[in-house]
Amino acid sequence: MFATTSLAYSYDGSFEGLLCCVFESYQWKETPLAIHSEGSGQGLLLEAKWIETDKMKADRVLRSIPLKISREAEDLLRLGFWSAVPDKEMLLLNFLYLGFTHGPAVMNMLADDTVCALNKAVRLLRREGHHYLGFVRFTVYGPVMAAVIEPQGYVLPVIEDHFCDRFQSESFMIYDRTHRMALIHQPGRRAIIPLEEWIPPQPDETEAAYRSLWQSFYHAIGIKQRRNDRQRASMMPKRYWKHLPEMTGKQADRPVRTARKQQTPRRPRELQ
Amino acid sequence: MDMMEKLEILTESAKYDVACTSSGSQRSGQAGSLGNAVSFGICHSFAADGRCISLLKVLMTNGCIYDCAYCINRKSNPVRRAAFTPQEIADITMQFYRRNYIEGLFLSSGIMRSPDYTTEQLIAALELLRNEYHFRGYIHVKAIPGADDALLSRLGMLADRMSVNIELPSQDSLRKLAPDKSKQSILQPMGLITNKITENSTELVKYKHAPRFAPAGQSTQMIVGATPDTDYQILNLTEGLYKKYKLKRIFYSAYTPVVEDSLLPSLDTKPPLLREHRLYQADWLLRFYGFEARELLDEAAPNFNPLLDPKCSWAINHREQFPVEVNRASYEMLLRVPGIGVRSAQRIIKARRAGTLDFHALKKLGVVLKRAQFFITCKGRPLEGLKVGEHTLLRSLMSGQELAKFQQPEIEQLSFFDDSYLAALPEAGRAASFRYGG
Repeated sequence: MFATTSLAYSYDGSFEGLLCCVFESYQWKETPLAIHSEGSGQGLLLEAKWIETDKMKADRVLRSIPLKISREAEDLLRLGFWSAVPDKEMLLLNFLYLGFTHGPAVMNMLADDTVCALNKAVRLLRREGHHYLGFVRFTVYGPVMAAVIEPQGYVLPVIEDHFCDRFQSESFMIYDRTHRMALIHQPGRRAIIPLEEWIPPQPDETEAAYRSLWQSFYHAIGIKQRRNDRQRASMMPKRYWKHLPEMTGKQADRPVRTARKQQTPRRPRELQ
Repeated sequence: MDMMEKLEILTESAKYDVACTSSGSQRSGQAGSLGNAVSFGICHSFAADGRCISLLKVLMTNGCIYDCAYCINRKSNPVRRAAFTPQEIADITMQFYRRNYIEGLFLSSGIMRSPDYTTEQLIAALELLRNEYHFRGYIHVKAIPGADDALLSRLGMLADRMSVNIELPSQDSLRKLAPDKSKQSILQPMGLITNKITENSTELVKYKHAPRFAPAGQSTQMIVGATPDTDYQILNLTEGLYKKYKLKRIFYSAYTPVVEDSLLPSLDTKPPLLREHRLYQADWLLRFYGFEARELLDEAAPNFNPLLDPKCSWAINHREQFPVEVNRASYEMLLRVPGIGVRSAQRIIKARRAGTLDFHALKKLGVVLKRAQFFITCKGRPLEGLKVGEHTLLRSLMSGQELAKFQQPEIEQLSFFDDSYLAALPEAGRAASFRYGG
C-alpha cells in the first residue's frame, strides 16, 4: 500500500497495540517490513520502531472498521489476532489496507492472497475452538471443576460462551497452558485472567472411579472389525490425546502400527 | 454385578447402533440446571473404529424377548445379560456430562416383558433426568415398535430425537431375519412421530412455550449387506423416508457378523465398508445436492461402482451438461460438478461477486481441481494443458486414497484395472471424444 520502509514495528503484543501499529502506518504513510510483538525475539537485523499503545489511537482505528469496512471484518480481525498463524500482524495490517481501500467488498475477495490467508487462519482457529467444545475434560474436585488445554490458537474467548452457558450453575476453570491464561466461571461471574502456572491436583477416589468408567465405556463402544486408527487420528488429532483420560489411561490402546508418514488423507467432506 | 461390568455389557450391546449425532436441537442453559444443546452437534471423542462418540450410548437392558437373526441381543444368543435401573442411567449421564465426556444420552433397550413395559422404563429414566436432575443436554431415545401411542407421545416430550430402526431395507428380508417385526410395526410408530412433530410445530406457532416434541426430529438406520437388497432399492427407500416421513437422518450400517445363522453371511465376512461409504455419499447427494435417487441408479445398474463416487458416475453419464462456466453457473449446477461441494460452491458464489475467477483463484478458494478440472471452464477456457484422454480422466476420477481407507491391510490390494470393474464403468472409451463447448 504505502512505500515499504526498512523498519520493523514492535509493540506490546496486545490487540490495542496492533491497532496502534495500523495507526502509525497510516500516520507516516509507511509500510513496515515486519511487526513483532515484544519478547518474540525476532527481527534482530531490522531497525525496530517501538509503537506505544495508546487507547485513543486504538479506539479510532477500531471505530473506523465497522464504518468503513463492515462488522464482519471486525470479527475477522479479532479472530485473526487470536489465531496461531506466523506473522499474523502483517497479515492483519495488509487486510486492513485492502479493507480501507475496497470497503465491504473485501469480504468477498476470497481469491486475494491476504484475504485467503486470513480466512484460512481464522478457519483453523474456529476448527480448533470447535474441537475443544468436545475435547475439554473436566476433573471434578468436590464443588469445583477444572480442565487443562494446550491449544495452538488462543481459543478461550471462542469457547467461553459455550461453557459458561452449559455449566451455568457450576464453578469451573479452563486453563490454557500454551497462552498461560485461564477462563474462570462462578455462577453469575466470569473472567479470562493471566495465570502463569497451574498444576492440577491428584483426582480423588470418586473422580478416579468415573474416569475408569468412562475408559471402559470408550473401549466397549468401538467395533473391532471396523478398527481404523488413521481415521481416528484424523478426526481427533494426536495433539489432543494428552489431556483425554480415555487416551491416556492404563488400558488406552496404542495404534497397532504407527501410521506411515503423517500423510493422512482427509476424510471426504461428505462424512464430516 | 458392579457398575463397570454392567456398563461394559450394555455398551457392547448398544454399539451396533450407528447414530451418535447430537445435532438439530438448540437450547440454552438455565440457572439451576445442567446443560444445553447446540444445533450443530459436538463430537466428544472418537473410538478406535474412527466413529464419533457424542452420546453415552447404552441399552437399558440387553435382555430381549425377540429373536432377530442379525442381532447380538437375540433371545437365543448366549450372551451375558445385564440391566440398568433408571436411577443408574440418570446418575452416570449426569456425571459424564459434567466432566464434558458426552453431549448427552442415547438410550435404547431390548424388549423386556412387553413393548409397553419397556417404554415405561425408558420414560422413567428420562423423567428422572429431565425433572429431578434438571438435565438440559441432548437425549436420543429409541421408540419401541408396538408400544402404545400415548406412551410414545410421552417419550417424545422428553427427548430431542427419536428413532425407530427400519433394520432391513425390504419386507422380504425383514420377514426372513426379524420374524417378530413387520414393516407395519416399524412404520406405524414412525408415522406417529412424524405426525406429532408436525402437530407440535403448529402448536409452537400459537404458543411460544408449548412443550416441544422431539425437536431434533427423527432418524432411522438400516443394515447393509446382510441381505441381497440392491443399492437402488436402498436409495429409493431412503428417498421415500426423507420425503414421506420427513426424517432428519438415515444411517447405514455395514453388516458386521456377530452371530452364526444359516440365513446370514458367514461369521468371517468383512463388513462392506466401501458400500456403506458409497451409500452415505449418495445420501448426501439427496439431501444437500438436489439429486434424486433415480438419477443416480436404475434397474439396469442397481449398484454403485466401487471405483467411482456416485457424483462422478452421474457426471460421466451426463457429459452433455458439461463443462460449466464457473463464473456464470448457478449454485445448483456448481453443486453437480464432481469435486465441488457445498462449501466450495458457496465460496465460488461469494468470490465471483468481487471479480472473475480463474483456475488459480479456484485453488485459493480450496476447490479441489483433481476431479473438477474436467468439468469446468473459467472465462470460457478449460485448464491450460489439460489432457482429456480415456486414462487420465478415469484415473483422476477414481480416488485411490479414498479406496485405500476402506481396505483392511490383510486384504490383497484391489487392482485398479481389474477388468470386471472397468467393464462396469460408464463407457470409458467415450472419454476421448469429450469436448469442451465454447
